[in-house]
Amino acid sequence: MTDAVASDLGADTRKPARFLYISAVVLLCAWVIVPIYFLLINTLSSPETVTSFPKPFIPEFDLGSLTFFAGFAGILTALKNSVVVAGLTMIMSIAIGAPAGYALSRFDFPGKGLFRLLILLTRAFPLPLLALPLAVLFIRTGLDDTAFGLALVHTTLAIPFAVLITFSLFSGIPIELEEAAWTLGCTRLTAFTKVVLPLILPGITASAIFAFVISWNEVFAAAVLTIENRTLTAFLLQNLDTSPLHLKFAGGFILVVPALIFIFAVRKYLFAMWGIANR
Amino acid sequence: MNAGILPYVLILPVTLFLCVFFLYPFVLVAQQAFSDGSNFTLENFREITSHWKFPISLKNTLLLAAAVVPVQLALALLMATMVTRMQKGRDIVLYIWTIPLGISDLAAGIIWLAIFDQSGFLNSMMSGMGLIDKPLNLLSYQNPGIVFLAIALAEIWRATAIMLVILVAGIGLIPKEYYEAAEVFGASPWKRFLRITLPLLRPSLQTALVLRVILAFEIFAVVAALGGTLFPVLMGETYSYQFDLLNNRAAAAMALIILAISIGFTLIILRVLRVPKGASI
Repeated sequence: MTDAVASDLGADTRKPARFLYISAVVLLCAWVIVPIYFLLINTLSSPETVTSFPKPFIPEFDLGSLTFFAGFAGILTALKNSVVVAGLTMIMSIAIGAPAGYALSRFDFPGKGLFRLLILLTRAFPLPLLALPLAVLFIRTGLDDTAFGLALVHTTLAIPFAVLITFSLFSGIPIELEEAAWTLGCTRLTAFTKVVLPLILPGITASAIFAFVISWNEVFAAAVLTIENRTLTAFLLQNLDTSPLHLKFAGGFILVVPALIFIFAVRKYLFAMWGIANR
Repeated sequence: MNAGILPYVLILPVTLFLCVFFLYPFVLVAQQAFSDGSNFTLENFREITSHWKFPISLKNTLLLAAAVVPVQLALALLMATMVTRMQKGRDIVLYIWTIPLGISDLAAGIIWLAIFDQSGFLNSMMSGMGLIDKPLNLLSYQNPGIVFLAIALAEIWRATAIMLVILVAGIGLIPKEYYEAAEVFGASPWKRFLRITLPLLRPSLQTALVLRVILAFEIFAVVAALGGTLFPVLMGETYSYQFDLLNNRAAAAMALIILAISIGFTLIILRVLRVPKGASI
């Protein structure tokens, strides 16, 4: 394909540059993938191999570490807690955030600037720190050490993204479509559910997945707010000093797997989301 | 429903939620930090700043941010310009490069532990090349430089993706005509990058830097996984005040200090990279 665009520069000066470019791309891909591959080797090795030296560079497909992980006291509960908290975060952030995204894309109203500022402000603060005062508040209200309490904090983390993403999604649907539905006898609500919602559903799913990942990955607030009902990240963090290496690696791998799938699922929306969020 | 109040009804849930779980906790954290139970006091701040670990953890956090963020910015800019020129395989390359975006800091720490640990892959590689004959304990107090390097690499590996996404989105917004015009006038690719991409990318650079710098001050789990107590950072100290020492007033005071640093740097970045009025694309 280089021949097709062979231009005034000539092939001699082009080839080395192209070679350099391609090898840089490959190198950067390897920089991302190779560390994950190392984790995979460790996860699929027997506990003895994990601590042995020197290491094999090919996985031996031994499920010893993963079985140990599954049998470790409390870890499956922690895994379940992680899923529950992330699921709750996903539902709450979309249910609360999407209407605001719609309002921002469809209406000009006094106070809109202030509202946008509030949303953007949340991104300019180290939010996990909020878990500290909330820990005290939650004890008073009985929300301490519950999945719901933690999900509330994670929702605060996810909501700015939910609002901005749904804002960009709704902005992509011409208002004329809705107006046409109104003239054909739809109310504002039925026009929304029959016309806008089907168009927007894949995008909403993507931003829900994004909220799930934010909660799934969060460590600090989870570690501060849960004691008995630890999430997987909090559980691993708390046992870092005491747990054997193969447990850490298996746990780390379990944390990574959903991330790989989720990023693949939302990849189409990733850039559209941020493009509009910058403005 | 009346179109006049509809938008307010729609934004009400978010506003209420953020008031209760974002603004109110800030009031609470300030209250905790400045009180000894009933009276106003600065004692909590005096207590934490006079602790021997405070200057070290402050220095470590700032040094790490200073080492990591510029590398990430350069790397993200390089990757973003590379990907915009790409014709074939753009989607797969972008997917691979954005994978770390979904990986938690704790998992990233564990991934790099697999490399730097005593029985890790770095030791295995070095022995394979005949550099060493027995594994070295790289992450120990005798090698503070290597501990720092491991943490910095893990951070660069993990969090460059977020900047990349923002910058790729930003480059996508720059009209192609500018580049075509520059090419007509014979500007080299490097000149085009300097004179078109960089200035027009300023809003995205702003967002990316603010987000990244704040996350850099929040660094916690990567350090916990790789350095443990060898490399104290502000967020880790906050956690141990809250959890190990059960002193939530001191933890609140630490939180306010991290907050103040974050806000300070945010304002500096916004000021330095400010977009002149009416100059947006």
